[in-house]
Amino acid sequence: MSMPFGYASPEQIMRDKADYARKGIARGRSVVVLQYVDGILFVAPNPSRALHKISEIYDRIGFAAVGRYNEFEELRLGGIRYADINGYTYDRSDVTGRGLANLYASNLGRIFTESIKSLEVEVVVAEVGETKDGDAIYRLTFDGSVFDEHGFAAMGGQAEAVATRLKERYRESMSLADALEVALTALTEPGGERPPVGQLEVAVLDRNREHRKFLRLTGARLERLLAQTSTPPPAPSSPPSGESAEGSGGGSTSGSKGDSKNDSKGESSGGSTGESPSGPPPTAPEGPLDDGSSPL
Amino acid sequence: MASHRDLPVGLVNQLFQNNGSSSFTEFVSSYAPELLPRRGEVLATPIGDQVPHATTIVAATFAGGVIMAGDRRATSGNIISQRDVEKVFRADDYSCMGIAGTASTGIEFARLYRVELEHYEKLEGRTMSVQGKANRLATMIRGNLAMAMQGLVVVPLFAAYDPVRDEGRIFSYDVAGGPYERERFDAIGSGSIFARGSLKKLYRDGASVDDIVMTLIQALYDAADDDSATGGPDVNRKIWPIVSVIDADGFRRLSDDDVAGHVQQMLDARVISPDGPIAPLR
Repeated sequence: MSMPFGYASPEQIMRDKADYARKGIARGRSVVVLQYVDGILFVAPNPSRALHKISEIYDRIGFAAVGRYNEFEELRLGGIRYADINGYTYDRSDVTGRGLANLYASNLGRIFTESIKSLEVEVVVAEVGETKDGDAIYRLTFDGSVFDEHGFAAMGGQAEAVATRLKERYRESMSLADALEVALTALTEPGGERPPVGQLEVAVLDRNREHRKFLRLTGARLERLLAQTSTPPPAPSSPPSGESAEGSGGGSTSGSKGDSKNDSKGESSGGSTGESPSGPPPTAPEGPLDDGSSPL
Repeated sequence: MASHRDLPVGLVNQLFQNNGSSSFTEFVSSYAPELLPRRGEVLATPIGDQVPHATTIVAATFAGGVIMAGDRRATSGNIISQRDVEKVFRADDYSCMGIAGTASTGIEFARLYRVELEHYEKLEGRTMSVQGKANRLATMIRGNLAMAMQGLVVVPLFAAYDPVRDEGRIFSYDVAGGPYERERFDAIGSGSIFARGSLKKLYRDGASVDDIVMTLIQALYDAADDDSATGGPDVNRKIWPIVSVIDADGFRRLSDDDVAGHVQQMLDARVISPDGPIAPLR
């Protein structure tokens, strides 16, 4: 039997889609989300004041995204509708980050498998609890995989390098100023210059706030906070505890994880698939480097 | 459930369909219309007297803000159905609404209105203008007109801090909508005639927050004095009026202890002068 003209194996199609999405995501700048003593801190270098990468979803839930703006904006709006309709139907306490993460995962996974082009986005859904044990950070990739992150998450741009720097410096129960310092250090290449205040998007989910926990830190408030961070905190002596464990993946395949491992080693695509299931997150630093010219 | 294959490729859920409106009510009316307060239903008989009614709400402005207060009584006909009902609701950080009329519908409106304001704020990334908030509430009240005709009347009083003008603003409504902006003070509900008369004599321009709180508590007492559906302060059960202050720092509800202090002061003075403070004749 002869192959039809233009045949591509399903493995090849999935691999191409994943590579395409990864390149798109790696083109932008990184976003960092991490726990601090009173809640969760979001930091994103973002020269635009109008196009937010970080936003509020509900009382205790925040959202951060990298990739194509129009695509993650749709996710954000849908998430707000989901949260508001559930909070109105039941009670405000019945809206959870886990439910929202699952909604996103199923949609991302379906688009990844069924559509010609997958979404070029990576998303963090973070929820602040009554105590720090109740905090949750879910990272979702373009293929619908959910990663239940402990303590911190980095995505977009050179995500792996940022995550490594973040892991080296992250400690539990840091003050807000220390956490911001750690985030900025992680977002800055060694020897590089930090983004100016006007180009930083910073927000917190502060468990001590009433009603709505989400708060954007801007202007004078952010400058005062940055002034407190002039001295970097000492490097921790004990190994950091943060590590990501994969949760229920919507459309994750072992092939895509194997690929990302290959990419990070710099090998050509089309290598072996089905490697260790706990490979690095599927955002390889492949493609053009982040030179800061992209608005996202 | 329809297969997702019937829908266009992309985000396959109505949640992700952008209908171009930032209104939560409009979204719900297409997504789950049964969740909205009843509209256009026809009741076999008007049930006005059989469901609890909320009564008197008063509000007054001060320099840089506004205060709203409400009594705690709900009545069904001649029965007191609840002694500690709450009728002043926080709408968002800089506004609140009080309700008079059918309690259940009013509470439902307050819940929907809060989500409505917050939904707009999150989708648009900005706070709605005070006039916009007042107009939105008018549309909701107008939507209830058919039910109001059958006895389920709800009339809100809306108060907000306007950051553009740096002042408090008060809007009132009728069963068909509104809004009507009010200068200085206003009252709604069954005791509003008496409360407004009291406010007219006691309100002073440029009064402090403390004085305005006292003015409102006096007005509520005067309403309770002459209107059987308005509850006075219940000293034995320690049930005090709800008093909420909105200024540049946002919405805050005064603590029971704080209100109790004001009420005690007023009651002590009324032992000597039962009709309350006497306004100068000229």
